Amino acid sequence: MAERTRAAAGAPTGTVRAVLADARLVAGKDLRLELRSRVGLSQVLPFALLVVLLFAFALDPDRRVLGAATPGLYWMVVLFSSVLAVGRTFAVEAEDGVLDGLRLSGLSPAGIYLGKVGALLVELLVLDLVLALAVVVFYGTEISGPVLLAAVVATATVGIAGAGGAYGGLTARMRGRDTLLPLLLLPLLAPVLIGGTRGVEVALGRDAGPGWPWVGLLGIFALVYLTLGTLMFRPLLEDA
Amino acid sequence: MTTTATTSDAVTSAPTSTGSTATRVLGAASLVGIALLVVFGVFVSPPDKELGETIRILYMHVPTVSVAYLAFVVTAVGSAMYLWKRTEFWDLLAASSAEIGVVFFGLTILNGMLWGKITWGVFWRWEPRLTTTAVLFLTYIGYLAVRAVPASPRTRGTRSAVVGLLAVVNIPIVHKAVDWWRGLHQERTIFGTLKPEIQGTQAFAAYLGLMVFLLLFAWLLIHRFRVAFLAERAAESGLEGAIAERRQEAGQ
Repeated sequence: MAERTRAAAGAPTGTVRAVLADARLVAGKDLRLELRSRVGLSQVLPFALLVVLLFAFALDPDRRVLGAATPGLYWMVVLFSSVLAVGRTFAVEAEDGVLDGLRLSGLSPAGIYLGKVGALLVELLVLDLVLALAVVVFYGTEISGPVLLAAVVATATVGIAGAGGAYGGLTARMRGRDTLLPLLLLPLLAPVLIGGTRGVEVALGRDAGPGWPWVGLLGIFALVYLTLGTLMFRPLLEDA
Repeated sequence: MTTTATTSDAVTSAPTSTGSTATRVLGAASLVGIALLVVFGVFVSPPDKELGETIRILYMHVPTVSVAYLAFVVTAVGSAMYLWKRTEFWDLLAASSAEIGVVFFGLTILNGMLWGKITWGVFWRWEPRLTTTAVLFLTYIGYLAVRAVPASPRTRGTRSAVVGLLAVVNIPIVHKAVDWWRGLHQERTIFGTLKPEIQGTQAFAAYLGLMVFLLLFAWLLIHRFRVAFLAERAAESGLEGAIAERRQEAGQ
């Protein structure tokens, strides 16, 4: 309580600590909700695996097209599944005016944003991992640079969660949000798709070019959208 | 915020057209400029040594893409100012500018494709600048889609301001990503010979194109802004007007 009062008085260290504490609360709530409802596990993850399977049907696996396209296909599946995950994360808040409740709870908007992004990040990283295993098993992919691969996947996913958190909050209470969210989010994530695909190509030994500059680009994307999301969540929460 | 009294004042004092002496002069100057650009760009200036006749497309391509980027910068400034000042002016300015930016981006893609068909033999190649334009075009289509969703002016303004800012920050990142992506596949681009060496009537046509399209942008922006302003006033007085009309009908 004392900490919260200090935060309200505007003490800088208290504010940062209070925002992080709020973020932990919101992320914990979201992850508990996810664990109990199992929507991600029973709907988003099977959807992602389904798309992995459908790509194999679309690109005949015997003609080597599938192998050559693996990095790009991997990120396409991650992006489409992310749209579903982001929509789901904010759909639970939009019903019954929960967002207004969150707003009235005294939690800082930046804390709510970072909390939603944190929970989304954990969910998406689990999805990344399962998908990577699926791709290795079904597409027969071999990994030559595991450290680079992990760095590319992690930074790209932070970027996806950061941008997803901002656009999820924006569309949460909008009419037609299910169709708007992909239209807004996917063009924004084009650099993540490019950087992620090229980075993974290098990590799989398909491309000789340096992989780390892509991690840098993905890191800048993530940093920019985390900052913007943190700054803009207050107007979004209050007026959108 | 607007009260009912000022609303009805605004409605009665609102102009019935979006034109004024200043915009008529601006419009006339734009049209004369376009005519001059056609004369210089198509007939007077010589073909280029490298690009041949296709350099004439450049006189339109460079201005359309420049104006589109300028329009998105105006949208970003309007968006930031709206979140700060919360006045209708900045919201409508951002929205009007974005709409014109999307039209000019569309034109850029079209004349880029025409250039591609002549030079490469195909309408589309994954040339970095064309690709970037396509991605950003779709980003701003999203902005317009957000604006089209019915909401109160403040809600709509906030949503679109956030999209306007998130989108403009992405422009340099998309540029960088696409440039690196196509790093090994440099094509001869539409900007291939746009160096200071172009001289005489070629240089004149290039700069004239830029000037003319800037005038055109200002002209379109003022009109679009005024249309948006009048649409807001009409929306505000819509219900009142409808009730008054029904009353009149009942009275007859």
